[in-house]
Amino acid sequence: MAGGPYSAKVMDHFMNPRNVGEIENADGIGEVGNPACGDMMRLYLTVEEGRIKEAKFRTFGCGAAIASSSMLTEMIKGKSVEEARAITNQQVSEALDGLPPVKIHCSVMAEQAVKAALDDYLKKHP
Amino acid sequence: MARIFFDHISTTPLDPRVFAAMKPYFTEFYGNPSSHIHDQGQAALKAVDAARAAVASLIGAQPQEIVFTSGATEANNLAVKGAVEAGGKKGKHIVASEVEHFSVLNAMLPLRNRGYEVTLLRVDRDGKVDPQDVRKAIRPDTALVSVMHANSEIGTIEPVAEIGRIAKERGVLFHTDATASAGHIPLDVREIGADLVTLSAHNFYGPKGVGALFVREGVSVASQIDGGFQERGFRAGTENVPGIVGMGAAAGIASDEREAWAAHLRRLGKKLFDGIGETIDHLHFTGHPTDRLPGHVSFWVEYAEGESLLLFLNVHGVMAASGSACSSNLRGHDEEDLVASPVLRAIGVPSDICTGSITFSMGKGNTAKEVDEVLGILPGIVKRLWEMSPTYLDYQKQKVQGG
Repeated sequence: MAGGPYSAKVMDHFMNPRNVGEIENADGIGEVGNPACGDMMRLYLTVEEGRIKEAKFRTFGCGAAIASSSMLTEMIKGKSVEEARAITNQQVSEALDGLPPVKIHCSVMAEQAVKAALDDYLKKHP
Repeated sequence: MARIFFDHISTTPLDPRVFAAMKPYFTEFYGNPSSHIHDQGQAALKAVDAARAAVASLIGAQPQEIVFTSGATEANNLAVKGAVEAGGKKGKHIVASEVEHFSVLNAMLPLRNRGYEVTLLRVDRDGKVDPQDVRKAIRPDTALVSVMHANSEIGTIEPVAEIGRIAKERGVLFHTDATASAGHIPLDVREIGADLVTLSAHNFYGPKGVGALFVREGVSVASQIDGGFQERGFRAGTENVPGIVGMGAAAGIASDEREAWAAHLRRLGKKLFDGIGETIDHLHFTGHPTDRLPGHVSFWVEYAEGESLLLFLNVHGVMAASGSACSSNLRGHDEEDLVASPVLRAIGVPSDICTGSITFSMGKGNTAKEVDEVLGILPGIVKRLWEMSPTYLDYQKQKVQGG
């Protein structure tokens, strides 16, 4: 099946997104929206001993937004808070075998979501 | 996997009979209609003239009133720019609806830069222009009124006959873009009082790359392509003979079969409309409920985004269209190139979000079985996207809290 404008990896993460859902009593929640088109991502994290144990998301948006969200959750699980904070949108995009230029902002949203969730975590756990 | 094409507003499959009619004009009859002294040129000229008569007959025009172009975009450019330029100093004002195709709206941009003024007519929630608004908008210096016959995105048929009557009363040229409607619903240029009508072959089972502009006898439009004397001076350049032959063949078939197609499509449209309405919540149909193209069902769903809907539909073998920003211009430079459909904005669909807009447009080859398949697939896709959506989650929590 051709994925239209997207890579096979984007289509895989769009069709079978990893870690969809929410975490009750999450240690950190980040919600970011994209003013360019109204996409919205909400990321839930649990942190144990400075490492991200669990990550779940809900996203309203296009194929690239959903795939970026899914890929991000896979990338941050097991990482330290510092490592997760250092993840860039380019890394998310590269892990998905690239995004069309008009969809780069979807990977930016994923990067912003993890930063927002970690900010929330640090606020709750100073 | 079954492939179900429900995107006939983007294009239609070439009718095999049209393809058969075109084939000899690629290889056997390759003449240039302008070289009509010899046999090859004569054969081409005759074929082009026969096609001209067939296209004219589809819309109640005379053959000499048909100008072949490279498609609807060129025809709209020729109509809008050509009409006001030929109007000279007497008209510096254009009236058009806000739901026109980009090839009408954007054709007016360079005219604005040259001092022309444009009044864009608002539409109501169903996407209809009020003819009285046309009357009010016309000024002594109005050169042209342009309102489309039917809107491809939301299916609404505009009251063109009334608008044409008003334009005529006021002595203003009336152009209508009939790209989405010609060959599908009745279109008689005399009845609607049009001076200029845009047609596109590939929207009624003809080939891509060919269209036409009806130019009423006695109406003057300034040519937009300089060169030789083809198309009575309205459009220079060697004719796309196979394409024109194809457009003629498609017009002939549409004249004979249009009513049967429309009856079939109205049945399918009702089945799809009823089925979607019954199975999916948070759904808003768009366009006029009755004055609409046959076989055209358009709507938007809350808490789901249009591109995601299209991708999932395609994976399940269903091809449709969306007006959401996210699904626009995927080859663009950056996200600035993503723009939600102006038509959806015009009818009040929330413009600041990626709406879950979908247009299903069926064609003569679609079947009731295919409608059933789409009805079987769509609710699951919508549900899946809802379950991923934070906004849907919030809505459900609110609902629980609200009792």
